[in-house]
Amino acid sequence: MTTTMTASDTDRFVGVFDTFEQALPASGPESLRRQRRQAIERFSHLGFPTLRQEEWRFTNVGPIARTPFSLDVAVDGVTGSSIQAFSYEGTVQLTLVNGRFVPQLSDLDSLPEGIVVCSLGEALEKHPEKVEPHLGRLASFENHPFVALNTAFYGDGVFIWVPRNQVVEEPINLVLVGNPSGDPIAFFPRNLIVSGQSSQVTVVEQYVTVGEGAYLTAPVTEIIAEDNAVVDHYKLQRESTQAFHMATFQLQLGRDSNVSSHSISWGGGLVRNDVNAVLDGQGGEATLNGLYMVEGTQLVDNHMRVDHVAANCDSHELYKGILEGKGRSVFNGRIYVHPGAQKTDAKQTNRNLLISPDALCNSNPQLEIFADDVKCTHGSTVGQLDETAIFYLRSRGIGEEAARSLLTYAFAADIVERIKVGAVRRDLEEFLFRRLPKGDIVRQAV
Amino acid sequence: MSLLEIKNLHAQVEEQEILKGVDLAVNQGEIHAIMGPNGSGKSTLAQVLAGKEEYEVTEGEILYKGQDLLEMAPEERAREGIFMAFQYPVEIPGVSNVYFLKAALNAIRTHRGLEEMDAMDFLVYVREKMKVVKMDEALLNRPVNEGFSGGEKKRNEIFHMSVLDPVLAVLDETDSGLDIDALKIVADGVNSLRSEERAFLVITHYQRLLNYIVPDVVHVLIDGRIVRTGGKDLALELEDKGYAWLEEPLGAAETVST
Repeated sequence: MTTTMTASDTDRFVGVFDTFEQALPASGPESLRRQRRQAIERFSHLGFPTLRQEEWRFTNVGPIARTPFSLDVAVDGVTGSSIQAFSYEGTVQLTLVNGRFVPQLSDLDSLPEGIVVCSLGEALEKHPEKVEPHLGRLASFENHPFVALNTAFYGDGVFIWVPRNQVVEEPINLVLVGNPSGDPIAFFPRNLIVSGQSSQVTVVEQYVTVGEGAYLTAPVTEIIAEDNAVVDHYKLQRESTQAFHMATFQLQLGRDSNVSSHSISWGGGLVRNDVNAVLDGQGGEATLNGLYMVEGTQLVDNHMRVDHVAANCDSHELYKGILEGKGRSVFNGRIYVHPGAQKTDAKQTNRNLLISPDALCNSNPQLEIFADDVKCTHGSTVGQLDETAIFYLRSRGIGEEAARSLLTYAFAADIVERIKVGAVRRDLEEFLFRRLPKGDIVRQAV
Repeated sequence: MSLLEIKNLHAQVEEQEILKGVDLAVNQGEIHAIMGPNGSGKSTLAQVLAGKEEYEVTEGEILYKGQDLLEMAPEERAREGIFMAFQYPVEIPGVSNVYFLKAALNAIRTHRGLEEMDAMDFLVYVREKMKVVKMDEALLNRPVNEGFSGGEKKRNEIFHMSVLDPVLAVLDETDSGLDIDALKIVADGVNSLRSEERAFLVITHYQRLLNYIVPDVVHVLIDGRIVRTGGKDLALELEDKGYAWLEEPLGAAETVST
């Protein structure tokens, strides 16, 4: 089935842009206003993607195109207790409701000196010189309708700026709450993280739902790791299955920088993660890990692109998927080694575990190499649980269901173990113990 | 009543008959050795006892404590006291050896109406058992069998056995591929677990193991049937003469019957 896109689907967004733009605060750099107009023009040209487009051929966004989303969002429908479960003891937390920063639900008390952590709106007022050089410069909307929509319509987001040489010990927790009520809403959070030379920071980005109803969230997060910076990023996609989630995550790695991204997706009905890393200075190292779990009719599409621009850079990608029910997943991993990017060491692995015969996964590695002294490997597997291992566990007294769950957990374990933030790791473990049948036995056995 | 009674057992895999009428009775406290050449059905017998589904029993029965063993799922058999040491222990990355064993032991204890063992008691208990098989503590905390050497895997099987405290232990060629030091450790482990309440079925290709684990009864399995049963001296006789002298009469018998 192909998605036919009518002009009106696109017009729904294009038509409200002028009104939206007029309501924006007058302050802020003119260049960013210009960027918004360029983005909506681009979106109007691109329209919503269809299955005929290579980058979208397994992911039907027809349901998004057809839904009459409203951009009028309320921010007062969420209480502190309703998001308590997403808070981490003693950490700085910024909470956005429907894409807007909500100070009452945030906690900036333990913010270290020197670092800037605030809403994007506040940053544009107080620190435009820190924001303007980066915002929208990395995540390109040229060929991506949802980045274009975000760039045109972002209302707010989070800005993090870490000065050079500063090490931020505690993770910064971003809680992005979708709070639908009644008619479907759409919002476009825009986050920008700049980690200065030789600085270090850890950011957790959680996407959660409070309430019932359909909505679209299409966030863009841009991270700039300047020379020798260390950035660890964790994304937890734990929204309700009524949520459409179309995210772009853009990384820019400077010389000798080290960035890790851990993308965990278990929520959302239709989820797309575009993860783009550009290794722009020698000695950069990017680690891109992911775990996706789908059941029911969920679809998660991870579209990775790693650009080795500079020489002597490493990238490691490990994405694993557990597919149940009629769940579907797409993995598209492109590694692009530019001319001159000698001594590139790029490794990409995608492993899929099909629990149910009705689940479906598409895995597509793509290597484009324009340098002659590089090491690039990729591997992609789709498999089922090992019956010999199940029998081995059962022969020791573990019941069949528990044995299957234990092996499913074990499949995910290397992603779990790579998570350095204890609270995030425990969240994921708890989720797995809840999700897997006989999870109490798994909890005991790992 | 014997602990284990196998009567006229026929089993096949992928429509090829492997066991062609096995009769065997094992009493509590006894060690039985089953010897035989490659392809005689030794491992099939072990797998059928443990409950592997690929092996289809077409005829005969197995009674364990008087119950129909073939009706029981593999985990039920384990909880009722059957343990099989695998010929090729399975590596399970991501599952800790010690925690897995705790879950297994507690599944068995619950089944037997005993209280679950908590983490502290379990560690004390496990440390005791580790001494028996001279297990390195590092192997305890590693994922099950992952990166273990061949000898370590077999030793881990004996360690699992000692922790799970079975009533009937089936050792499927646990000695194959072991050097003499590892072989002695495995044998010491078995000997230390030898008791009036427990029985062993030791399946082996090589007589050497039986120098260290002295069996009460030795059976020779050839082409899916037990062709001879004797005392421990039978093993020595086999070492001397090989299996050929036992194979021939069976071949003749088959010719007559078909």
